[in-house]
Amino acid sequence: MELATRYMGLELRNPLVASASPLSYTLEGIRRLADAGVGAVVLFSLFEEQVRAQAVQNAELVDTPAESFGEALDYLPAVAKEDPGPSGYLRLLEEAAATAGVPVIASLNGVTPGGWTQYARAMQDAGAVAIELNVYYLPASPQTPAREVEQRHVEVLEHVKAAVSVPVAVKLGPWFSSPAEMALRLDKAGADALVLFNRFLQPDIDPETLTVTPTVTLSSRAEARLPRAWIALLRGRVHAALAATTGVEEPADLAAYLLAGADVVMSASALLRHGPEHARVLLDGLTAWMEAKGFDAVDEFRGKLAVRRGADESALERAGYVSALRAANAGAYALR
Amino acid sequence: MTRATVDGNEAAASVAYRLSEVCCIYPITPSSPMAELADEWSSRGRANVWGAIPAVVEMQSEGGAAGSLHGALQGGALGTTFTASQGLLLMIPNMYKIAGELTAAVFHVAARSLAAQGLSIFGDHSDVMAVRQTGFGLLSSASVQEAHDLALVAHAASLRARVPFVHFFDGFRTSHELNTLELLEDDDLRALIPAELVREHRARALSPERPCVRGTAQNPDVYFQARETVNPFYARVPEIVEHAMRGVEERTGRRYGLVDYSGDPEAERALVVMGSGGQTARETVAYLQERGERVGVAQVRLFRPFPAASLARALPVTVRRLAVLDRTKEPGSLGEPLFLDVLAALSESHADAGRQRMPDVIGGRYGLSSKEFTPGMVAGVLQELAREQPRRRFTVGINDDVSRTSLPYDGSLDIEPPETTRAVFFGLGSDGTVGANKSTIKILGDAEGLYAQGYFVYDSKKSGSQTVSHLRFGPRPICAPYLVSEASFVGCHQFGLLERDEVLERAAPGATLLLNSPRPAEHVWDAFSRPVQEKLLAKAIELYVIDAGRIAREAGLAGRTNTVLQTCYFAISGVLEPARAVELVKAQIAKTYARRGAEVVERNQAAVERALENLHRVELPHAARATREPAPVVPKSAPEFVRTVTAAMMAGHGDDLPVSALPVDGTYPSGTTQYEKRNISEDVAVWDEELCIQCGNCSFVCPHSVIRSRYYHPSLLQGAPAGFRSAALNAPGLPDTRYTLQVYVEDCTGCGLCVEACPVSAGGDPDHRAINLAKREPLLAAERERIAFFEGLPAADRSRVDFGTVRGTQFLEPLFEFSGACAGCGETPYLKLISQLFGDRMVVANATGCSSIYGANLPTTPWTTGPDGRGPAWSNSLFEDNAEFGLGLRLAADRHTELARARLAELREELGADLVDDILEAPQLRESELREQRERLAELERRLQSLAGPTVADLRSVLDHLIRRSVWIVGGDGWAYDIGSGGLDHVLASGRDVNVLVLDTEVYSNTGGQMSKATPLGAVAKFAAAGKTMPTKDLALQAIALANVYVARVAMGADPQQTLTALREAEAYDGPSLVIAYSHCIAHGYEMRDGLDQQYRAVASGHWPLIRYDPLLRESGANPFLLDSPRPRMAVAEYRKGELRFRALANANPPEAERLLALAQHIAELRWETYEEMATRGPHEFPVDARRER
Repeated sequence: MELATRYMGLELRNPLVASASPLSYTLEGIRRLADAGVGAVVLFSLFEEQVRAQAVQNAELVDTPAESFGEALDYLPAVAKEDPGPSGYLRLLEEAAATAGVPVIASLNGVTPGGWTQYARAMQDAGAVAIELNVYYLPASPQTPAREVEQRHVEVLEHVKAAVSVPVAVKLGPWFSSPAEMALRLDKAGADALVLFNRFLQPDIDPETLTVTPTVTLSSRAEARLPRAWIALLRGRVHAALAATTGVEEPADLAAYLLAGADVVMSASALLRHGPEHARVLLDGLTAWMEAKGFDAVDEFRGKLAVRRGADESALERAGYVSALRAANAGAYALR
Repeated sequence: MTRATVDGNEAAASVAYRLSEVCCIYPITPSSPMAELADEWSSRGRANVWGAIPAVVEMQSEGGAAGSLHGALQGGALGTTFTASQGLLLMIPNMYKIAGELTAAVFHVAARSLAAQGLSIFGDHSDVMAVRQTGFGLLSSASVQEAHDLALVAHAASLRARVPFVHFFDGFRTSHELNTLELLEDDDLRALIPAELVREHRARALSPERPCVRGTAQNPDVYFQARETVNPFYARVPEIVEHAMRGVEERTGRRYGLVDYSGDPEAERALVVMGSGGQTARETVAYLQERGERVGVAQVRLFRPFPAASLARALPVTVRRLAVLDRTKEPGSLGEPLFLDVLAALSESHADAGRQRMPDVIGGRYGLSSKEFTPGMVAGVLQELAREQPRRRFTVGINDDVSRTSLPYDGSLDIEPPETTRAVFFGLGSDGTVGANKSTIKILGDAEGLYAQGYFVYDSKKSGSQTVSHLRFGPRPICAPYLVSEASFVGCHQFGLLERDEVLERAAPGATLLLNSPRPAEHVWDAFSRPVQEKLLAKAIELYVIDAGRIAREAGLAGRTNTVLQTCYFAISGVLEPARAVELVKAQIAKTYARRGAEVVERNQAAVERALENLHRVELPHAARATREPAPVVPKSAPEFVRTVTAAMMAGHGDDLPVSALPVDGTYPSGTTQYEKRNISEDVAVWDEELCIQCGNCSFVCPHSVIRSRYYHPSLLQGAPAGFRSAALNAPGLPDTRYTLQVYVEDCTGCGLCVEACPVSAGGDPDHRAINLAKREPLLAAERERIAFFEGLPAADRSRVDFGTVRGTQFLEPLFEFSGACAGCGETPYLKLISQLFGDRMVVANATGCSSIYGANLPTTPWTTGPDGRGPAWSNSLFEDNAEFGLGLRLAADRHTELARARLAELREELGADLVDDILEAPQLRESELREQRERLAELERRLQSLAGPTVADLRSVLDHLIRRSVWIVGGDGWAYDIGSGGLDHVLASGRDVNVLVLDTEVYSNTGGQMSKATPLGAVAKFAAAGKTMPTKDLALQAIALANVYVARVAMGADPQQTLTALREAEAYDGPSLVIAYSHCIAHGYEMRDGLDQQYRAVASGHWPLIRYDPLLRESGANPFLLDSPRPRMAVAEYRKGELRFRALANANPPEAERLLALAQHIAELRWETYEEMATRGPHEFPVDARRER
């Protein structure tokens, strides 16, 4: 059974990729994912804001008591005054890239043009085979025009592309008026892959304590339909590879995404819920399904249920697409 | 030639480090930065001039540093050390040895006062004069440039002469003054230190290949002669030093002499002076010379061996009158050392007919403890020489109304060249003012054709401390080692500081004042008091205001207004063109903060960009119209000493106090912080009586004793001011009783520990506790009234308070209050607690360090008295001897208790047998028993009134010892684990009833975070920049091994009840007790508000297991070892991740951090296993207390 897959020019042993999650916080976690068989690991996201905030906090801790008292002009050695920068992340990346045995993709969430490029270059130097840009941007200001948000995505990509030679993926959210057009713009700007979709963490309200609580909800299978729809629609319309993420709980979900046209399928929630070893379950299930369906290689069925090129241009084709999707979903259910 | 702007410490250390293979050091102010720089350079791999990285070793004391250095020298290494004051004194025994063995070495000393009637960290020559007899050469530098150049001369001369040197410069005045200098390159250093001399030094080392014996015991037959063998070496020293000075001159053009004369070549009156005062004297003499006076000054650089011939040569033969100025005091001597030597040298020169005229020589003291030495004082001394009959001995710079030694002088004499720009800045330590000024000096000092100088005056408080920066810039090198008095620019970086007299006093007429004002420009005038308005108008001040706090906050810089105000300074002062200044400030920010990360740089740069658009000029009205007068410094109700002396110091007028105003023996009244309402925090604690469960936790943890509780009958609420808060007391057995928790808002530092300690929160609002922080300003007036009313409520009857619970202790009056410790200090809650429990009968021996500084730094001190006038009697001897000092207090108390009991027994019949027997047999363990004893003693005193005779007088003199005395020995870990370790060990082994409280911050806190043996494995600290690789010494186990010591390890934030129990048991134990108290500290690198949480984590992770070892339990057949904390339930890593001292290593060297963390975890586990095993032993597995076993 041939599961080998190409993603952004990378040769992966299979199309299952562990997406950014706390599982990759440690080398041990990354190794467990690799041992469980994933085709690649996307490291947890490096947040420029956090790196910067830590530096500011350290500076405050060092500076505030300094130069106040004649006997002690400061209280910590020079080494404590230095900005740690992303050193911890890069070190993990370097070790993981050298020892994990699977390609390691770094994930970056920047806030400034300088941060995006500087950290991306550092990630490449640390051994990342590719970089996934996590453009987690919530336009909270009601004055922010949609085009500005879109342009921001493009500019970030262009900056990073200019700074590194490894492939660059863009992980974007679904909340564009025309997600497909956004995808095309990113494709044109040189994205090597589009990762659909980012899930914005939405804070919850606890009526008991009357507080707003930051919550992380793991994704559910039903949520997979949205990215799957757009992957099916974009398949064949962009040069960039397509990565599906969200709602990959069972082997059927993996198969469904591949049928819709995903080059790779990413999972975080299921691996968090069941442990990294769940990757083996997903892959074994996929193999079993392929056997049952008579597929020898993933390439044989990848995009089989994608919307055909030009189909989105007519209502007729749209109807066909709807039925195709229905069929795809039915297939998934059948696998149960 | 490379120019740089550095301070004297760096100037000296830069040379010393490059010319050494071994640096053995111990931190002491003001020399610590030299050692810290050496350590930093070593840890960064900076090489000396021979390409090797010097070993920098921190020892347990200066005695240890001198000993190890002696060894290194005997091993053939080139070595140095950096020290000052008491540290230098501790080196004296080794100095004799090093010199006696003719060993090349240089000690660099930031000369400082010695502790006598009081300690002083400031500069004078008391310390170096105390080593003039050791055989070391003494070389004096007068400026930052000299500290650099003469450091080289000292090393070069020492190596060639084989005579060790002390190279010294004035502590703070030179050690901490920033000045522009030209740097010596490595090649300059090599040129003066020939390799063959280095090899000769090495060849004299001890080696089994060429064995010898050095350090014999000598007998009357040869010791004397052997002592005289060195004379030729000393005779050559002056010439060798001159040779080295010439070497410096050849390479740099900077000329130095052993004694340098300047002034009129035919002067009639002259001065001799050493150190930074020489600069002031030289400049003043030049000024007077221009005005026709025939005066001169000889600046002595080499003091030992004394260059008599050079001095005689340097002083013109025309000099008829000579004044020798000493910066030290030798009570009882004929004169101070420099005076005596000059007198002897000139006298011999005259007697030997080399000198025609013997001038009339007078001697005086100046500048002790960094007392200002100004041109006016120099002129005053020269003026004295012009009098018909000059005083033989004098002082200058003070008003000595007791011995009438002081000379008059014109304090307003201003000799500074008009092209020198002078500026002063008043700020808080926390707002970054000093940092900004250092940056300004670097910017201007680096500018072509400009020279810069900066000197910074710091507060004696550690929280809310104020700073004053004195800056000068000019086209010539700045030689003015005294404060700026006539500033053309005054920066007042905190609105409230403008009320301080000094701010406008230092402004020259027509000066510019930049005021950081939260009030808009149009309202600022009306906010000034009348005296401020009048002074502004009288001096025709040009006023600018800016709300720098707002800009800084908007840029994300919290209270750091430094870069905003720095930019404004440049814009207004005209020192640089504004646009260029903005550019340079931003570039300097990028440089200074480069290592801090992009965000820090960007935020500061953003603040700079926004500064000028928010700067406003304020047109002053023509007349003062304010009616508000500033509040009196202290209330009229304060005691006379406080009103006259303390208040003067508080107001910044301490320099004006005459000698007669000060105590003769260093004894000061207790409890004066209560008169210094500092109002340092904008946010203060506020009590919510509805929510409060009256647990007392907030009061227990408050480091500043600002949270007080009282309970009282409701009828006492009559006349309470509006808004006075109270609640029904919820203690059983006391119905119909009100409870009030009062916050002393003017003393609150806003640290927030109380909020964190509060166990209750409002339903629906978890952030609202029973005690919260709120803005002080709107509360202030009402709270003052409430505090006054609260103080009128009766204090709890101590014999009815439950001493055994945290809840109970809140009703005990703290006899340690409102100290100047850091906001949120982790040490002071323990001191406050022992003062509450035992304060009315305790004496405290306090090791030098944080606790002696916040405990007794003038002007005001926190140890206070209760309503009955009793309270802790406190003293600080030294750093190293504190345990011994405390033991001495115990010995005296024991002896006098015996005496009192004996005399009492002798008077049994006259005084009444019942009373006497009751007194002699009183157990005095419980508070009620102590109260009964007090009542008996009152009765005894009453009965004694009718008796007379020597026995009665004797008894009266020691009557206080009939109350059980509680002797406390208090200090930090630097004392207990390092410098005082030997003494502590011995005192604990003495069996005497002393209570040792170690305030363990795991680092030297007072001197700025140097490693101690309490520093944890894997933490970074100064001298452990790469992470400490030795585990903490287990002081508790060491003490337990002595068998009869009560030992406890406590952490208030983890288990306050255990802390309380341990302290009470320790005090009650009739024998030595040791309580090691975890004290969070700003040197750990986290918000102090989280201190209690970190204490909890320290315990929960097994880093700091709570234990008690009570030998009494062993006697009663139980296991004396009690493990009070539960089995570790979090990883050591979980505790450590919140502290920068640990995180810093993870950033700098992740593999090493991981390795050390794993080891720390392992050590914590091993220790826990040991403790657990001990806690499960039978009593017979512990040794017995031989004192008790019969």
